[in-house]
Amino acid sequence: MTAAAPDAALEAVDLTRRYQLDGIAVEALRGVSLRIGRGEFVAIIGPSGSGKSTLMHLLGCLDRPTSGRLRVNGVEMSQLSDTQLAELRNKTIGFVFQSFHLLARTTALENVALPLVYRGVGKAERRSRARAALEAVGLGHRMEHRPSQMSGGEQQRVAIARALVGEPKVLLADEPTGNLDTRNGAEVMAILDRLNSDSGVAVVLVTHEPEVAGHARRQIHVRDGLIELDTGAQESAESEQRDGGGAG
Amino acid sequence: MALEALRVNRMRSVLTMFGVVIGVLAVVILVAVGTGAKDAVEKEISGLGTNIILVVPGRLTVGAAPTQSKLNLADVAYVRRVVGDPAKVTVSLQSGETVRVGGTEAFVTVVGTDQNLTNIFDRPLDKGRHLSGTDVDTRRRVAVLGSEVADKLFGDLDPIGRQLTISGARFRVVGVYAKIGQTFGVSRDQEVHIPVTTAQRLLGIARVNGIAVGASGPDEIEPLQSRVVAALTDRYPGEKFSAVTQTQLLGTIGSVLGMLTGVLAAIAGISLLVGGVGVSNIMLVSVRERTREIGLRKALGARQRDVLTQFLIEAVLLTTIGGVIGILLGVGGALAIQALTPVPASVTWWSVALAFGVSAAVGVFFGVAPARRAGRLDPVIALRAE
Repeated sequence: MTAAAPDAALEAVDLTRRYQLDGIAVEALRGVSLRIGRGEFVAIIGPSGSGKSTLMHLLGCLDRPTSGRLRVNGVEMSQLSDTQLAELRNKTIGFVFQSFHLLARTTALENVALPLVYRGVGKAERRSRARAALEAVGLGHRMEHRPSQMSGGEQQRVAIARALVGEPKVLLADEPTGNLDTRNGAEVMAILDRLNSDSGVAVVLVTHEPEVAGHARRQIHVRDGLIELDTGAQESAESEQRDGGGAG
Repeated sequence: MALEALRVNRMRSVLTMFGVVIGVLAVVILVAVGTGAKDAVEKEISGLGTNIILVVPGRLTVGAAPTQSKLNLADVAYVRRVVGDPAKVTVSLQSGETVRVGGTEAFVTVVGTDQNLTNIFDRPLDKGRHLSGTDVDTRRRVAVLGSEVADKLFGDLDPIGRQLTISGARFRVVGVYAKIGQTFGVSRDQEVHIPVTTAQRLLGIARVNGIAVGASGPDEIEPLQSRVVAALTDRYPGEKFSAVTQTQLLGTIGSVLGMLTGVLAAIAGISLLVGGVGVSNIMLVSVRERTREIGLRKALGARQRDVLTQFLIEAVLLTTIGGVIGILLGVGGALAIQALTPVPASVTWWSVALAFGVSAAVGVFFGVAPARRAGRLDPVIALRAE
């Protein structure tokens, strides 16, 4: 659980991302550098429009930066093809979304097994691994239920199981409690806490709620496309990397 | 997975399939009817007999007016000498006449011919005997009836030995042919055969309509054909004579009917095309509706080709299920047509295989554009879609 490992889980250097919106260039990220070690629990906090979602999309390899470098689990992503990026996402990154994003007509078990389909894992193994992942989030009794038959909290736990079934290095959670009530939200956060400390997966949480961000041991504040404050900057910058909180 | 997606939008899937079902159904039925017609005509032609050459005066071209015959019995004797085997040459003189038995009458084709008819054409007897050489030589008033004529005039009675009147002249029935059906839409069971010499006297003419020659083998047909035509042209300088063989008839009629079948299939193919456009349309709607699902799958590691394959399989499933239903209905429809109407229909394995192949191809062809669109969706944008 140290950031001094030779390869960080995520390592970004001077990331920028510009969009063309109706012909007008919008600069969503204006030079972000950060390093997230294996097993860290980090919250990215910022108001809406701060660029935190763009940052998460880049960290999740769903998008490519306009400039800058990003290494995911030691692999430089700019040199990868779309197909290789898909494989990288599949093997290295787990996603949890605010609106769960479960397939509606599909059972919990099949939803959880989905990432393994794209990895070419056989059906029997997919089912047994998905079952184990669902048991790990306390849903061993809900395997054959469909999303519509489950509460929001349960659906988000299914989504977490799906994110973890492929044993990723990083779990990216985008407002995971945004659609949940306080009790379910707390439960989901407790599961993320436990998974982070038990399995050593790095958790990157994107949120605008300070309360949720409080679960993380390190907070990165994003504003206007720059990192405003990084509470873990000293820890993460102890290697050769330059300070990630350049915006301060 | 793809089946599941189709099941969820059951109504829409069924309606989309409907277009393909109708297209395939139309192809199968129309090809079956076209092939059936061709088979039937070919069967009729080969049912005439083997190695037959028909000699008629004039030029034998489609649409030409029938030529007034110049041939007479002396020419028949001449052709017999040319051919060498008199038994392999027969003659025909036809006329529509009314025949009467007591109060019952029927309009039939009276055919004046001779004893050699059965050496060249297949014309099995049901009862009695064929015309004989003596019948022809002595101008006997005897007749051999087609099965329908016999049924109509005599009913359950045995016609052999009974009398009938043809244009006022009395004839004795000596034989009844077995039922053989139609040739070119004309029922040959409505013929009455009498000696050609008797027919000439009855009708008051000295001509014959045509001469038929039987070749001894398939290799003999063509040399014999040109020899006969050349000999007749020699005898009548300036006149035209035509000789047509079964093979030539088969070839001409076969290609005309084949073309007709092709045109029918092409028209049916257009409806299949329209069905395919429907599939394409629905797949585009489906891709738009499921944008978020596509985004999610990509986030979870689906490659472009995984998503493309998923949607392509859905489109192909739509069209092949539609195709199989269309084939089943089409085969059923063709069998029903065969059973319930006089229209012949013959389902061939190749038309079924083709229909299935085409429906699958329609799925691929019309599914590719929507599937590519799905595969190329940007995951970030797709995930945000509502």
